Amino acid sequence: MQQSSGEKAVGSVRLWESIVALLFLVFGSAVMWDSWRIGARWGGDGPQAGYFPFYIGVFIVVSALAILYAALRMDAAEGGGPFVRRGELKMVLTVFVPSIVYVFLIDNPWFSLGIYVPSALFIGAFMRYLGKYRWIVVAAVPVAVMVAFFLMFEIWFQVPLPKGPLETALGFG
Amino acid sequence: MQEIHSLIGGFEVALSWFNLLLMLAGITLGVIIGVLPGLGGANGVAILLPLTFSMAQHPGGQTSAIILLSCIYWGALFGGAITSILFNIPGEPWSVATTFDGYPLAQKGRAGAALTSSFTSSFFGALVGVLLITFLSPVVARFALRFGPPEFFSVYLLTFCAFVGMSKGSPFKTIAAMMLGFALAAVGIDTVTGQLRLTFGFTELLKGFDFLIAVIGLFGIGEILLTIEEGLEFKGAKAKLNMKVVLETWKELPRYWKTSLRSATVGCLMGIVPGGATPASFMSYGLAKKMSRDGDKFGTGVIEGVVAPETAAHAAGTSALLPMITLGVPGSPTAAVLLGGLLIWGLQPGPLLFTEKPDFVWGLIASMYLGNIAGLIVVLTCVPLFAAILRVPFSIIAPIILVICAIGAYTVHNAMFDVWLMLVFGAMGYVFKKLDYPMAPLVLALVLGDSAEDGFRQSMLISQGDMRIFFSNGLVGGITALALLLLFWPLISRLIGLARGRAG
Repeated sequence: MQQSSGEKAVGSVRLWESIVALLFLVFGSAVMWDSWRIGARWGGDGPQAGYFPFYIGVFIVVSALAILYAALRMDAAEGGGPFVRRGELKMVLTVFVPSIVYVFLIDNPWFSLGIYVPSALFIGAFMRYLGKYRWIVVAAVPVAVMVAFFLMFEIWFQVPLPKGPLETALGFG
Repeated sequence: MQEIHSLIGGFEVALSWFNLLLMLAGITLGVIIGVLPGLGGANGVAILLPLTFSMAQHPGGQTSAIILLSCIYWGALFGGAITSILFNIPGEPWSVATTFDGYPLAQKGRAGAALTSSFTSSFFGALVGVLLITFLSPVVARFALRFGPPEFFSVYLLTFCAFVGMSKGSPFKTIAAMMLGFALAAVGIDTVTGQLRLTFGFTELLKGFDFLIAVIGLFGIGEILLTIEEGLEFKGAKAKLNMKVVLETWKELPRYWKTSLRSATVGCLMGIVPGGATPASFMSYGLAKKMSRDGDKFGTGVIEGVVAPETAAHAAGTSALLPMITLGVPGSPTAAVLLGGLLIWGLQPGPLLFTEKPDFVWGLIASMYLGNIAGLIVVLTCVPLFAAILRVPFSIIAPIILVICAIGAYTVHNAMFDVWLMLVFGAMGYVFKKLDYPMAPLVLALVLGDSAEDGFRQSMLISQGDMRIFFSNGLVGGITALALLLLFWPLISRLIGLARGRAG
């Protein structure tokens, strides 16, 4: 799924460099602030709890400023290029958004399904949507993979994974 | 020759049927991990680490567990070369230089020769690295027994300054990523004062961040997101490897003994320094190109151009374990994960390990010899099989890898919060990779943050806040000075360049 190069970019490199540098700046300031709050000086019996992290925060702020400065000074060739094209971002999101739904399905306050059923659904959805496989294949592969994982984790290595209603019904809860 | 004696004892430990089986399983798993996109040495080992928790509780199980994990590491090192040569996709950063001549060779139909020479030189490089570990690590460990907190802190300082000095991109990005790691390591309850640090009122953060989650997210999820962005379709050369090609290539290889030796030396020297494997592979490729008689043919597909980077990368990858077992300072993210494993099993890596757990240490060292021999045999015989894995369509492989990452993240602490955290680290890894923020220093800072801080605090206690303690004697002063030299190396080399430019 190669995208044409003329496609619209979602932000330039310069923009994203600046955003990330600003996030570092905020994070570093937060680290400094919190360390100062709990004490970043020399206590009665030695360095206080915030002593080391405070300077970590200082380093983050200083390097964030340097990165920001470099980003703003980038010439058009370097900083004007696209950070990510719209088609590329779409591909990334078709992976990332279902991943969020997948993790949500494993465990949430309302209807936790355990890890095995959502995993099978997740793999199946990918095969159907991106791979355009026939339904019979879409049904068989994920189930086989998850049965193999079940045998490996629960039985061979005895590492328990989250289980849901299906596993309980089968007597493994 | 105390070492030889200890090594024989180590072989007795490593040479049980169970351990040999684990070696083969580890190598095979490792190659698969190295071949698959999104699963490299570091996060592959991180994901499989929880599987060893129950294993390590049996008597002698810690040795079996480290054998399994280190063999996964060797396997991943071998596997990286397969993708570089057949698919022009470097599985690991230090395989990049292998693609320069490996892929052209494959296109010329000499994939078999390229693979054979790459595996053989990897093996040779690793062997030199293991020999170095065998004879040097007891010496280093004995020497390090005299280390106090200032010495340990100066070694940590050297580790982190080396990252800044060796980084190719912006040194500030390296520092920012590294300090982010340190800050994340500080989150949670402070072990000395019991105060809460950087939790900002979130109870989930009390326990702090586990670096295994960061490794799985940054390297696993991040890598998958990057790969899918390109709408990936593997277009690879055919891999056929039969005994005839192997033997023919082996006949040709002794011709490059000079290159091999030089690359192994470069690799060992650079490998002890953190983050050294990648520069080592580029450096020895460059040296080989400069010194070889067919230097101008490099890049068009010559065997020597595969031999040089592969030997160096493996020598470096192996000797990266030396500081890990002797000082408790890992030289690469994968070594860091192995170190994390030791800590979880209840072992304290460092100079005392040699005296307290000789079985473990020498079993591990012996398994390095055996593991690399097993690795060479496995990869030489199974290349078509591993290449076939890459032909499994991405729409099946990608979700399975994501599922494996999620399971791996969950099993570290049996906590769903970690799985969410993994997704956050994944998104972060994607953005960081796109903007050239290095991830190895972040991971290492996260692993070593607490120990580095302890070293710093104890030194400060000894000196009552006087920084001159880091120059108080020749040893600590020397290490600190070297660290500062490396830290300011980007600046120094620019100044030298300027001075030269003016002179010329």
